[in-house]
Amino acid sequence: MEKKRILSILVKNESGVLPRIGGLFARRGYNIDSIAAAKTENPKITRMTIVATGDKSTLEQIEKQLLKLYDVLELKVLDNENSVSREHVMLIAGNSEETRANLIQVANLFHANILNVTEESLMLELTGKPTKIDSFIKLVEPFGIIKLARSGLTALEKR
Amino acid sequence: MKLNGAEIVLECLLEQGVDTVFGYPGGSVLNLYDALYKYSDKIRHVLTAHEQGAAHAADGYARSSGKVGVVIATSGPGATNLVTGIATAYMDSIPVVAITGNVPVNLLGLDSFQEIDITGVTMPVTKHNFIVKNIEDLADTIREAFLIANTGRKGPVLIDIPKDITVKETEYVKKVIEPVSNYYADITSDQIKEVVDLIENSQRPLIYAGGGVIASEAYESLKEFVEKIDAPVSSSLMGQGSFDNTDDRYIGMLGMHGTVTSAYAVTECDLFIGLGTRFSDRVICDIKSFAPNAKIVHIDIDPAEVNKNIKVDLQLLGDVKCILDILNKEIKPKNNKEWLDKVYSWKKEYPLKMVEEDDEMVTPQYVLETLNELAGEKAIITTEVGQHQMWTAQYYKFKYPRTFISSGGLGTMGFGLGASLGAQVANPDKRVINVAGDGSFHMNCNELVTAYKQQIPIIELLFNNNVLGMVRQWQRLFYGKRFSQTTLDRDTDYVKLAEAYNVRGYRITKKSEVRDVLTKALSENTPALIECVIDRDINVLPMIPAGGSINKPIVNIDI
Ligand SMILES: Cc1ncc(C[n+]2csc(CCOP(=O)(O)OP(=O)(O)O)c2C)c(N)n1
Ligand SMILES: [Mg+2]
Repeated sequence: MEKKRILSILVKNESGVLPRIGGLFARRGYNIDSIAAAKTENPKITRMTIVATGDKSTLEQIEKQLLKLYDVLELKVLDNENSVSREHVMLIAGNSEETRANLIQVANLFHANILNVTEESLMLELTGKPTKIDSFIKLVEPFGIIKLARSGLTALEKR
Repeated sequence: MKLNGAEIVLECLLEQGVDTVFGYPGGSVLNLYDALYKYSDKIRHVLTAHEQGAAHAADGYARSSGKVGVVIATSGPGATNLVTGIATAYMDSIPVVAITGNVPVNLLGLDSFQEIDITGVTMPVTKHNFIVKNIEDLADTIREAFLIANTGRKGPVLIDIPKDITVKETEYVKKVIEPVSNYYADITSDQIKEVVDLIENSQRPLIYAGGGVIASEAYESLKEFVEKIDAPVSSSLMGQGSFDNTDDRYIGMLGMHGTVTSAYAVTECDLFIGLGTRFSDRVICDIKSFAPNAKIVHIDIDPAEVNKNIKVDLQLLGDVKCILDILNKEIKPKNNKEWLDKVYSWKKEYPLKMVEEDDEMVTPQYVLETLNELAGEKAIITTEVGQHQMWTAQYYKFKYPRTFISSGGLGTMGFGLGASLGAQVANPDKRVINVAGDGSFHMNCNELVTAYKQQIPIIELLFNNNVLGMVRQWQRLFYGKRFSQTTLDRDTDYVKLAEAYNVRGYRITKKSEVRDVLTKALSENTPALIECVIDRDINVLPMIPAGGSINKPIVNIDI
């Protein structure tokens, strides 16, 4: 059975790290849903949040193979119990003046921010759990999505 | 002391106890070679004909000595020529440090002359790699590279050094390097108890030794373990030599070209203990028929190998030797006479024999058994890849670790001659013989010149069947005898070719010549090439087709 798993890893902030991790997933045929990375409070260290899908043994292999990479310093498996996860989306939607009011209503419903306004379209932004982002996108879709950028999941373990 | 980067590289090699490197010069490593000139009394540089040969030589040096092999190449084509050699070492977990030059830092990324992103290229075939863009990082990077190559599951590490880094100067402080100890076990007392119980309750245990036994120097510990639990021993190709092949309990290799006895033993055993092994697809064959009646115990240093290719019942993580030493203290001696008698009866019934010997025909079996008798148990045998490789693994009785050197995981034709050079350099007192096929020979025969020029007295024993025999065997079995592009018939005069390189050449066409020629070549301390002309239709048997059931080895093929 295929499952999703959130992996939070600390890696050395060095130029080769991203290709090393991407290459590992590609080479071994692992499925990556999203990857989000940026340096931490310590500029020498980057935190990556990887969402991977696979059956139980593939997920086990992914963890073990990641830990074999010399640049990977720490790996934690995160879930709803032990962590909080968020995603960020930016999108441009809307194709007519008539429907704009309705689109604004949807945005308000989700407490999405309006970042830019043109005659036909709006640029919106929303941060939340991936499921919330999903339903937001679903409701915006009928207005016509022109462009969309999702950050991929980031997550942090609770203390 | 202030030194330039090139000198720092060599000082760091000396810190590690390196006295030999293999390589080939070029523009980006000019400074490194200038320093080698200066350090020539401390570090021997073996110049090969091709960087691939140098990489295989460093690998053979490592496999035969247990030390880290070092290879140096220039940027661009020099570096890419190393790739097959590095990948070969990677697949077999061999500690090699490859040092490549690159264009100066300010020319990186501009498609400069002979610029190649070699760290990018070698990412999937190294344990780790580095590019040093700062002279201050150079010494520590080299130290780290050796540590990585040698720690845990070993493997190759590449260090790419831009040319200007070898020129710049900085303060160098010598460091005393502590030898790496991998002697640890990540196991609980419960796990020990569990495995001891399994062994005590087993009536039909089978031990299977992989290359990890050799890497962890566990030869003695394995011997004690085998005697204690009184079990037959099989091995992988990489594990050849980890257990005395002449010991009664040794039953031959397991897998595609393993013995019938091993195939039956794995099928009937009730406990399968895999040591230092990764359960390659060439061994497991069909997963459903592999050890169907057994509990499987897996002892290995690499957690990622456990439950990767096969689900196991119990895993013990750590150094094989360390874990065996722990188990040897806990296990009470056992007696499995009934089981061993059964195994011995299989051994008797299904000996390895490919063709009936006759008086005239030269057979690989006869040549290899005669070589075994004359060169003896201390000789180091390297191989190329193909039928001759499997015959060597089957018929030569390896008694000691590091005496059989072969490309297992990658199966690299062209590996053997380079590897034999490295093995001979590391073991000047031993005879080193490379068993080759004619196809493989043509991939790397340029290195004969290295044997001559560097006075490395290896013997190249070439089985000339005039075909790519191993591929032909598959074509015979699975492709209706359509021998597409595998009939070589190149009419190479191997004796002349050897002589052109100033290497003594011999040709054997009759059985009666085998002993004399081998004796003669072995008596001289110079490189030699011996061509043995053999029939093109001899098969490697037994054989389990890829993915086939392990309990049904093919023992006969119609020609
Ligand atoms: C570099 C490389 N290319 C191709 C192969 C595929 N291959 C495996 S065995 C073999 C034939 C080897 O021929 P030869 O060296 O004459 O040995 P023989 O099998 O005849 O003993 C080939 C082509 C390989 N293993 N390595
Ligand atoms: Mg051949």
